[in-house]
Amino acid sequence: MPNPFNINTAREGDLSVITLEGFVDAHTAPKFENAVQSEIEKGHNRIIVNCEKLSYISSAGLGVFMSFIEEVRDKGGDIKICGLVDKVKSTFVILGFQEIFDIVDDQPAAVQKFSAG
Amino acid sequence: MAAIEKKFTLKFPSSTENLALVREFVSGIGRQSKMSEADIAQLELAVDEACANVIEHAYGHDVSKDVIIRAVFDDERVRISVIDTGCGFDPTKVELPSLEQLVTQRKSGGLGIRLIRSLMDDVSYEIVPGQKNELHMTKKIRKDQP
Repeated sequence: MPNPFNINTAREGDLSVITLEGFVDAHTAPKFENAVQSEIEKGHNRIIVNCEKLSYISSAGLGVFMSFIEEVRDKGGDIKICGLVDKVKSTFVILGFQEIFDIVDDQPAAVQKFSAG
Repeated sequence: MAAIEKKFTLKFPSSTENLALVREFVSGIGRQSKMSEADIAQLELAVDEACANVIEHAYGHDVSKDVIIRAVFDDERVRISVIDTGCGFDPTKVELPSLEQLVTQRKSGGLGIRLIRSLMDDVSYEIVPGQKNELHMTKKIRKDQP
């Protein structure tokens, strides 16, 4: 049974952009966790997670956002989430993530949010 | 005329790599029951969460153990039971901290249970001590508007 998942990290100026693709569940979430951890270890605390190609996320993936957000904010950074398709967005909204996280439409908007402080 | 009940069962080794297969099975049930696409997505997520809990917590990633999903539906509702023989743990009785508390404690626990409770219309738990644990989740069928 295929479990299509892909993750890519790139730098855009002083921002790290982590792009998620496919399905983030309890099987694939550790790769996402490692990617975020790796950026924080490099001192990259301004992180955008681009979800344009993310088709599914379960609590294992959502937990990654939860477990790092306080740490990056303590270090002056943030995790901004962009590009959620409706089906995925509804999962974030059910849990009330929009109260805690900056969730914006697309990557330029996320970059703009960081620029605006 | 009494509604005809349809029953399906999936038994799989306790490994997270099988969660994709679980979601395929559950979405198939949802489609057969003629549930709306939005509700099928919710059913998939709730059962994924329940199975992930069993794999990680009840069985501690022991792939020699099996997880059983029993699905029953009629014209009105889909009832899914997730059955394991591991450490009994009643997710319906867990006290859930607020999201803000989770953030400040840097924890991510309890999100799955929170989702299951939000996505399903009824959730109950049954333990047969020393034999099995069953999490029963029911969702009413709301069909897509033509």
